[in-house]
Amino acid sequence: MNNDINLKVNIAGLELKNPVIAASGTFGFGREYSRYFDLNALGGISVKGLTLKPRKGNPPPRIAETPMGILNSVGLQNPGIETFIEKEIPFLRKFDTAIIANASGNSLEDYERIVEMLSDSDIDAIELNLSCPNVKEGCMVFGTSAQGINTVVSRVKKLAKKPLIVKLTPNVTDIAEMAKAAEAAGADSVSLINTLLGMAIDAKTRRPVLGNVTGGLSGPAVKPVALRMVYEVSKAVSIPVIGMGGISNGTDAVEFLLAGASAVMVGTAGFVDPMAWVNTVEGIKAYMQENNVSSVTELIGGLIV
Amino acid sequence: MDTIYEIVKADRLNDDTYVFTIKSETIAKKARAGQIVHIKCGEETTAFLRRPFSICSVDKEEGTVDIAFQIRGKGTKLLSEFAEGNTIDVMGPLGQGFSLYPKHKKIIVVGGGIGIFPLLQLLKDHPAEHKRAILGFRSKDRVILEDSFKNSCDELIITTDDGSIGRKCFVTDALKEEIEKDPPDMVFFCGPTIMMKVGVGILKDYDIPCQVSLEQRMGCGIGACLTCVCKEKKDEDWDYVQVCKRGPVFDGNDIIFD
Repeated sequence: MNNDINLKVNIAGLELKNPVIAASGTFGFGREYSRYFDLNALGGISVKGLTLKPRKGNPPPRIAETPMGILNSVGLQNPGIETFIEKEIPFLRKFDTAIIANASGNSLEDYERIVEMLSDSDIDAIELNLSCPNVKEGCMVFGTSAQGINTVVSRVKKLAKKPLIVKLTPNVTDIAEMAKAAEAAGADSVSLINTLLGMAIDAKTRRPVLGNVTGGLSGPAVKPVALRMVYEVSKAVSIPVIGMGGISNGTDAVEFLLAGASAVMVGTAGFVDPMAWVNTVEGIKAYMQENNVSSVTELIGGLIV
Repeated sequence: MDTIYEIVKADRLNDDTYVFTIKSETIAKKARAGQIVHIKCGEETTAFLRRPFSICSVDKEEGTVDIAFQIRGKGTKLLSEFAEGNTIDVMGPLGQGFSLYPKHKKIIVVGGGIGIFPLLQLLKDHPAEHKRAILGFRSKDRVILEDSFKNSCDELIITTDDGSIGRKCFVTDALKEEIEKDPPDMVFFCGPTIMMKVGVGILKDYDIPCQVSLEQRMGCGIGACLTCVCKEKKDEDWDYVQVCKRGPVFDGNDIIFD
């Protein structure tokens, strides 16, 4: 009976065997989780946010538990683009899953250079990170204004030889405006939401819990906000939308598809249950069987309002 | 992935410290002293993340592992409410345990408060000819697992902050005296950061190697999320490395304590 089910989706020319992608920053470069499940089960993997040079990241503590979620302030710790190309791509290529390279920069020039390098490497798509809340330069500095997004995206689009996904921050007044700016500048897709900027305080010590004082909120706590934003953005743009924010299972994923997402990313849920990604794929299948849906694409934007 | 196991014994050591014996052939078979297990203490709504615990002792024949913990916050409070016969969700064993070298004939383990737990299995497993344990507590009523440690080493030295039992000094003071008496080949630390920082400093003066077991707020527990980091020396520089994957046990001289 599984044979009738078609899970394939297409994101701006990038074909995924199913709509479930591991979210950047939660999955490293796949090595750790490959010991827990077969990475072939995933539609794609968005790797840990890359920068031109290696980055040490922020001082610990970098994680704080909050009601139904977590704050993190990792700060883009990564080995740099060269190490990624040399050591991590060959590992990821052993699996039949799309490799999405999440890339950040401190400056416009950084973004251009990293997109150029990724375009010449063996990956399937570039996810431009304009939304990390945990670094002082680049990223969210560009991502919080339509002008900033337009500038970066139009500059890198000229150099990108792979589908260009722009990852948006929810820390803005009107995320649909940001998505429109990305689309107008040539983005092939947008992914949202990155984490919501927040903080945690230890009343006993009167100090912030995180070493970086503030951090990004993720997990089930952000799901209602993420769903609303995916819904608004998918109505505002015609490019495919990748939805994420608090997805822990198949039902959550279906909700994002109905809100207008063409694919979903799962992240924080995997910290508690390493099988969360696989279970999400299975849960989507189960929903489709129960509801006589033969192609997952039928669910996209299927919300009845 | 099988992670659901039974708690076959739940003991209370004092008003807020517990020892659970968990039945898991899989974990017991692989477990090495100093490794951790990552436990789901509550539900999504009550304690979202798992909590890491050092393995306190392992019974390979029975297929059980013991974890000991003190109520420190929401997660450990929820964990304390589990009872014998309940099932629990445990990932592990994870990380790198202590390195035990047969060439080390004399060892000392140094623990402070709840940091003493992983040192128990280490003492049981280490092939050294002479083993000393220096354990520090706040006061007499906080002393735990005294008999277990006594039975696993040749000499147990207890220190307390108030002198209500054992010696009134820091564990690091006692360590210095023990080194003067009879220098060990290796020292193992687990406890508060300041204790380990001072301890590592002392050993540097004597040129004696040591290993430290670190603690940090943790996410995934397997090295992917990069949240539980510590500073590890690298050439002339340093890097943040994952406590869960690269540790929790490190060579004391590789770590920069801030």
